[in-house]
Amino acid sequence: MLRLHPYRYHRPKELGEALELLREHRGDSMPIAGGTDLMPNMKHGLYTPSHLVALKGVEELHVIEERDGELVIGAAETLTRVASDPLIKRRLPGLARAAEGIAHPMIRNIGTIGGNVCLDTRCTYYNQTYFWREALGFCLKKDGDVCYVVKGGSRCVAAHSADTPPMLMTLGATVDLATADGARSVPLTKFFTADGIWNTVREPDELVIRVRVPIPSPRLRTSYQKVRERKSVDFPLLGIALAVEIDDSHLIESISLVVAGLGAKPRVVGGLDKIAGGQRLTPDIIEEVARRAHRQCNPLDNLIVDTDWRHAMVAVYVRRAFEEVLGQPLAAA
Amino acid sequence: MIEALRLTVNGDTQEIGVPSHYTLLEALRYVLGYTGSKQGCDKGDCGACTVLLDGQPALSCILPVQEAIDREVTTVEGLAGPDGPHPLQDAFDLTGAAQCGFCTPGILMSAASLLQRNQSPSNHEIREALSGNLCRCTGYTKIFDAVEIAARALRENRPAAEVVRA
Repeated sequence: MLRLHPYRYHRPKELGEALELLREHRGDSMPIAGGTDLMPNMKHGLYTPSHLVALKGVEELHVIEERDGELVIGAAETLTRVASDPLIKRRLPGLARAAEGIAHPMIRNIGTIGGNVCLDTRCTYYNQTYFWREALGFCLKKDGDVCYVVKGGSRCVAAHSADTPPMLMTLGATVDLATADGARSVPLTKFFTADGIWNTVREPDELVIRVRVPIPSPRLRTSYQKVRERKSVDFPLLGIALAVEIDDSHLIESISLVVAGLGAKPRVVGGLDKIAGGQRLTPDIIEEVARRAHRQCNPLDNLIVDTDWRHAMVAVYVRRAFEEVLGQPLAAA
Repeated sequence: MIEALRLTVNGDTQEIGVPSHYTLLEALRYVLGYTGSKQGCDKGDCGACTVLLDGQPALSCILPVQEAIDREVTTVEGLAGPDGPHPLQDAFDLTGAAQCGFCTPGILMSAASLLQRNQSPSNHEIREALSGNLCRCTGYTKIFDAVEIAARALRENRPAAEVVRA
């Protein structure tokens, strides 16, 4: 049995009220949408806020619609809805598939897209009970000052473990954020930082309100591949999101590849336009992209599988992503 | 802090007082006495605590109790009807799909929700629907068989026992 610490549970009906509550209790409050990430973390004593501000009842956070060339998805929409909504499936099938593969049905029924974007980082030495962590000695990310992954390390390297952000990054998504004092928009590629303790630019009293995704060209093909121990339940040990725009003669117009699940920040694989832009998508090009992704990634011993194996899987799953992409028919314009 | 709230469980609406940091599972088990839903891993991995929230399976062990306000909660105690056990319960009994039985209440709820949406699920759809419920005894085969038998019983409107004999 894992007991929770005492807290007050606020259920605001309006966004302004939620933001006001987060400001009023800044430093001792957290927003909660589905809570499928936060609740287990609280049961492990990783977060102990006195106030939880519940977001599911806030009307403004529920929306899925096409608006000005973008698909707008409210932060409190469940992952089940994102995976099954006809509009998302038609316009952003890669996102629907990434959402469909998260955890298991009960988690997706309650967990939200906003929560997945803000998912806490994960590490062998962090996602453990208080008893476990105390027995070993606390780590850098919570309650301690040592890193057990990088000996002598002073920077937390816990892994970004969410499935929708890498796909959303390849699609050029933007997140809209708000505090009681104002709003701002941040491209998702600039949303994550390399600090495993808090790996986003979101302030503690700031909320992700919605995700906006530009409607892609019908020629865009996407794939999300992930490695995990079981085909259900588990978080990714590695996530590969690929978006390639190719014409019907397989000429590459644009290519975007994001590798997640290794460090605190999903990695946008660089230099791909130089080797692939304007080229025909051949096995040689795929091999070169896979090599480049492998070279740019450097997994650490932060999750419970062999690091070298996880590194080797980067190239394997990049190839699989291309295989999936090549098997997809071109959408009609 | 004790919070007064109204919960509807298995069609019965009750006003209760619960500590505000309780999960729905704690409220069900320790305040209302519905001990059918099990406290397994207690952190959202195993599915033993699965209940239906407005007909959709949800993990009661990581759901703040307040999230169940104004919603219909169904636990395994609410699965049987006035005429007897749910076909799923009969099918589990007949096929030996329950061994130690700890995961059974959660699996029944996931399966009941599936059969409500889809009375002719494929084997793949059954596996997918139950993919968040861990069982350490059966190896799952008998569980999948039981769900298929219950689906047939519901479709053909006859007892699970007849489907098994046929």
